[in-house]
Formats: sequence, structure tokens, C-alpha cells
Amino acid sequence: MSARAPALRAHDVHVSLAGQEILHGVDVAFGTGRWTSIVGPNGAGKSTLLKALAGLLPATGRIFLFDQALMAMDRRQRAQQLSWLGQNEATSDDLRVWDVVMLGRMPHQDWLAAPNAHDHAVVETALKATQAWDWRERVLGQLSGGERQRVLLARAMAVQAQVMLMDEPLTNLDPPHQVDWLEQVRCLTAQQTTVISVLHEIGMALHADDMVVMQTGRVVHQGACADATTHRAVEAVFEHRIAIHALEGQWVAVPKLPNNQGSP
Amino acid sequence: MTSHGTRCSPVWMAATLLLMCLLGIALGSAVGSTGLESWLKAWHDDVAWQIVWDIRLPRSVGACAAGALLGLAGSIAQGLFRNPLADPYLLGSASGASLGVAVALALLGGNPFATEWWVRLGLTGAAFVGAVLAVLLTLVLARGVQHTLRLLLAGVIVGVVLGAMASLITLMRPDVLQGMQGFLLGSTSFIGWTSCVLMLGVLLVCLVLAFVFSRVLDALSLGESTALSLGLPLAPVRVALVAVLALATGTAVAQTGLVAFVGLAAPHLVRSLVNAKHNRLVVLSALMGGVLLLAADLLARMALAPQEMPVGVLTAVLGGGYLLWLMYRSQTPGAKP
Repeated sequence: MSARAPALRAHDVHVSLAGQEILHGVDVAFGTGRWTSIVGPNGAGKSTLLKALAGLLPATGRIFLFDQALMAMDRRQRAQQLSWLGQNEATSDDLRVWDVVMLGRMPHQDWLAAPNAHDHAVVETALKATQAWDWRERVLGQLSGGERQRVLLARAMAVQAQVMLMDEPLTNLDPPHQVDWLEQVRCLTAQQTTVISVLHEIGMALHADDMVVMQTGRVVHQGACADATTHRAVEAVFEHRIAIHALEGQWVAVPKLPNNQGSP
Repeated sequence: MTSHGTRCSPVWMAATLLLMCLLGIALGSAVGSTGLESWLKAWHDDVAWQIVWDIRLPRSVGACAAGALLGLAGSIAQGLFRNPLADPYLLGSASGASLGVAVALALLGGNPFATEWWVRLGLTGAAFVGAVLAVLLTLVLARGVQHTLRLLLAGVIVGVVLGAMASLITLMRPDVLQGMQGFLLGSTSFIGWTSCVLMLGVLLVCLVLAFVFSRVLDALSLGESTALSLGLPLAPVRVALVAVLALATGTAVAQTGLVAFVGLAAPHLVRSLVNAKHNRLVVLSALMGGVLLLAADLLARMALAPQEMPVGVLTAVLGGGYLLWLMYRSQTPGAKP
């Protein structure tokens, strides 16, 4: 784990949905200015943990954002410091891209105030960073899944929060735009923004600084992505059906097929 | 639903709809069994003046105001429940409002089309309470707003059951039966200036409230979690918006009876013509609702002249066709409901 002071930490967090406990006493901490990916098999509770960390689900236990109890924070103050990018959330097709990204400025605006010059500048920067600037006058309904995802990322970036929580942010992105996303995350962490993402693609998750490995509602390992112990933990929760190897200076996860099926 | 080709400017659309409302009201004041004659003689003939000023004009202004209330309620319902098929009827609120009116009439007696202030206010209050309870019942049965099909089915069930209860109450009170029959079919025939002032006042209040809360509707269009993450007070605003939806529906239903589908069609038509945030969408949907009900009212008065068709029957037929078309569109590959 990172030696830096944690931006976000959770102690003994339990979450129940529809009467069933999904998270069983999770303890986890996320270093300031670092990118942490949360991985684990389906049903491990990754998205539930992310929502609990964002204060979007009722949870028992303690969650601290920069040493302040999350649930005791003012709603608006929390929204300014924590940005959320959800997975498969229903979105209206009728809003203009510009208006969607401007919604990210809401935590900084008074209720009936019109956006000011700073809001416009931030939205422009976010749209350009995600290469969505050219579509600013189009509506979401005119965009492909990948283009829409980039607009929603720009919306999350426009909050200018110190902590960004993203649930499956690479959904619908093609490989070149996945690389763009990685570069974008690197830019954010270089500016001391803490990024926490749930990712299914282990290969992409291994590019993070740190990794949280989950299984059946529990955190079974936290550590640096480069550590061999982290690799072993990831392989274990996936029942050793994947293997992590070094390739051209990067960590890659490859499926382990029985009897070398499909090997060249 | 929407095609994203060339879109109108919201300002131009608002100006056009406002002009159409004014033209519709002017035309409405000239249409009737005595035709243009009353209109032309209005300045010289007391009877002609009475026909135009006391009967035709409030009827047209009232139709426009009721349509605007229903259009506004529809745009709030569709934004709030993130469901393009939500409307005051499909959520059961209109049937709840009519049950409220039926209960009030059964307990206190009277005519649903009476013009006295206290009767109109009382009926509007009863309709409001009925509409609120109906929406809450629909939401409880649907266990929230997430599941579109469950929400619509719950709304249909609530609408049918409450409508049946209103009919039963009416049958048990023969003295209010005839008036309630016209009321349940939906009619603009008996709208007086009292109702017009009431509807326009409520419309103004509802428009201001919808405008104030419109940013929450914008945020909700990105999903519940995103809206919450933006620091918005979702729970109290939801309650306020349900109250605005019920007040708009209840006020319209208390004056005109059951007029179906205007609340569904108006926001749809607006969204198919402009790309607008909810602060403009609610205003444009109100104007579109006003135009639609005015047009339906004129058609209902002229289609079987000298007889009149209840406007609620006409909007039910036209609106039903529109809903079928939406269903057909939603089943077409690549189309959205």
C-alpha cells in the first residue's frame, strides 16, 4: 500500500441490500494522489463498495474523506470533493453534450445561478481532455456508446473533485480510447487527484498504482500493483484461471486454458 | 422518440406556441352554434356579448390553461420518473383526482361544473388530495420508479381501480350522477372565469416551482446515483415535484374532468422538436399542452356540429393512437420509446 496519507478510508463497513449482507466488514484505505483499482470476480461486492465509499448507499461502519466522517459532511461539500462516474446508469438522450458536462459544475453553483466564466472554462477543459469538444452541440442520443462514455467522463472530471470514483469507466471504449483514459488518469494523479476505479479488465487494472482485491464481500488483499503478493492474490480469487506475467515492462493477465488450448 | 436532425430554437418555439394559443383562443371565441355572428355583434348586442364573453372565451382560455397544466404535469412526470411514458393518466393521478371530486360531491352534494368560488376551490382541493394519494399508491405498488414496466402497470391498475371507485360512488348518488358523467368524459363546456382564474393562478405557481426544481430533473436524467453524487437534496425535491405534479393534475381535472393523453403527448412533441434542459422543457410542454387541448376543444366543437363531442373522448381516441404509435416506434430497431 501507499505510504501517503489516505484520501479515503473505510473501517468495518457493512452494506446490506434487500435484506442480504453484501459487504462484510470491509477495511480499506486509498492513498492521496494515487490510482487504485478494485478487482475481483462477479458478485465480489466491488461496485457496492464503491457506492458505499461515495455515500450513495446506506452503510454501517466508518468512512472518512480526508479525515472527516463522510456521512457527517455537508452534502454539497461532499459533492465538491467526491466525483462519481457510474456504470450503465440510464441517461436521457435529449441533453446536449455541453449541458451534460456542465451538470458536473452543480456542486460549485448556487441553486438558480447561471454558470460563470470559470464553469465554462472547466467544462471546455474537460471536453477537450476527453476529446469530446467537437460534439459539444450534439445530444447524447447522437453518440455511440464509447463517445457517450467519454462525455460522462468529462462530466465527472468537471466536478474537479479531489477524489474520483469510477465504476467500469472503460465500458464501450475501444483500445485506443482505453489508452487515452489511462493517460487521463495519470494526468489526474499527477495533479494529486485520487482515482479509485472498479475494473473488470485485469490487464488494465494492473496499470494502477495500487490494487484492492475482493471476494465474496470482503477485501482479501491490498497492495501495490507491482507486488508479487498482489498478483498471487488476484490469481487466487480468480481460481488460478488467469496468470499475471511481465511483458515489455508491463504486467499482463492472461487466461490459463486447460492443456494449453488455444496456445500458438 | 426523438429524431436528432435540425432542431427549433426554444425561444422561437415558445413564441410560436404562444401565438398559436392566442389564435386558438380567438378562434374559440368565434366558434359555436351562432357562429361568427355573435362575435361580430358582441360590441352592440348584450346577448352576443354574453355568448362570447361568458361562454366561449372562458371555455377557450380554460381549455388552454387545463392543457397547459396537463402538459406541465406530463413533463414533470417524465423527468421525475425518468420514464418517457409517464403521464398524469398512466400514473393514476388523474383517476385519483376524479375520485377526490366524486367523494367531495357525494359527501357535500353539488354539481361538478358549478361556478361558485368555494365549490371550485373545494373540488380542486379534493382533486389534489386524490391525485397525491394515487401517485403515492402507484409508487408503493411499483416499489419505486426504477422498473418502467412495473411503474406503468401499477399506474394502470391504480387508475382502473380508482376510476371504478369513482363510478361506484357516482352510481350511489343519483343526484350527482348526471353531472359526474359529463365530468368523467372530460368536458370544457362549463368552464367559467372562476375556473380560468384558478387554473391560471395554479399554473403560474406550478411553473415557477417546476422551473426552480428543473436542475434536479436535469441531473436525474443522468441517473439517480449521479444526481445524488452532485449533492442534490433528492428526497425533499422529489416530494415537492410530486406535489406540483398532483396540484397541476388535480386543478385541471377538477375543472375539466378526465382529459387523457395531453400530458403524455405534449412533452413528447416538444422533445421531438427541440433539445432543451428542463427549465425550458417544462415551459414549452405547458404551452404545447395548451395548444393541444385548445385544438382538441375546437375539433370537438366542430366535428359533429351542431352537436358537441366531449373533448375527453376526442383526446382519448387521438391520444390512444399516439400511444400506439409510440409503442410501434419503440419496437422498431434503433428507436427509443
